[in-house]
Amino acid sequence: MEEPFRNPAVSCGELFLGFLLVGVRGFGGVMPWARRMLVDERRWLDDRQFTQILSLAQPLPGPNSLNLAVVVGDRFQGLRGSLSALTGLLLAPICIVLTLATLFDRFGQAGPLHRLLPGLSSAAAGLMVGMGLRLLAGMEREAWVCALALIAFLSVAWLRLSLVLVLLVLAPVGIAFGHGRAREAK
Amino acid sequence: MTPPTLGRLFLMFALISIMAVGGGNAVVPEMQRQVVDLNHWMSSGQFVGLFAIAQASPGPNMLISSLIGWRMAGLPGALVCTLGMCLPSSLLTFSVARLWVRIGGSPWRRAMERGLAPVTLGLVLASGWQLSKAAGSDWRSYTLTAAVALLTLRRGLNPLWLLAGGGLLGLLGWVRS
Repeated sequence: MEEPFRNPAVSCGELFLGFLLVGVRGFGGVMPWARRMLVDERRWLDDRQFTQILSLAQPLPGPNSLNLAVVVGDRFQGLRGSLSALTGLLLAPICIVLTLATLFDRFGQAGPLHRLLPGLSSAAAGLMVGMGLRLLAGMEREAWVCALALIAFLSVAWLRLSLVLVLLVLAPVGIAFGHGRAREAK
Repeated sequence: MTPPTLGRLFLMFALISIMAVGGGNAVVPEMQRQVVDLNHWMSSGQFVGLFAIAQASPGPNMLISSLIGWRMAGLPGALVCTLGMCLPSSLLTFSVARLWVRIGGSPWRRAMERGLAPVTLGLVLASGWQLSKAAGSDWRSYTLTAAVALLTLRRGLNPLWLLAGGGLLGLLGWVRS
């Protein structure tokens, strides 16, 4: 049982600023920076609390770092805390990405810069492939795991099925398997 | 092409938001399917270009949704799509996290985590596959993609360097669209 820890010392303004900093620094993955800010720098949470919150935020749908901000904000300042943390996390990255895209539109079409985007795109695709490979390396070696992953891959990459359809079938099957295995392990 | 209404964009991303099992990377193929295959709002090359710009900026890995909105309907589009991508999943997390605190560590949480992990894996691999195809033009771009993928397996290497390297190879004319 986890106790909700209300620490009135952490205000909505501090949540906003803390997560603003995480957003600005979060190149190539926000989570390590969120951990650094929350645990190492500001000591709002200890290691155990951070892991606890992460284990809440990760299995739920949605971008993981946003879910983390929602839960951390709520623990300190309720709904207003969640909104402060979320706004802080998103504000700077959205301004930066829109500026980048505008610059690309203006200067990236003609001249030598138009060659930049194809290279950038292939590298960005490689980052995603790498993420997949890392997940693959950490996966449990079990038949049901391999089967589910393969079916998900084929139905999306090859059959181009609607994700709603794919998840409506695969999510319950996966959770049933996960539940069964968890009970066996006890 | 008729430009989509803001309401339509919001609903599209709201649905994608609650389907993002294991994070934003899992739903990139669905975004591509909606935006490129079904509605022809942009080419797959333009889509992967937006993805690349999103990767090159700091922040949560859902900024591609802001960029799609921006491309479709300017700043209002960017805000509406970002909101659509954040709101449903955040509301769900907010409610479920409170519930879980009250009822304690439910075995369902663990079951969900273990059971959805393989699905996430399949979806992220599909994202990589789709983006590679969209970015690829000849053996050289595929070589770059493969090299970057292998280099990410080395811990501690900042992905920004890999993007910069890819951009440089493009500038030098080694990788073309």
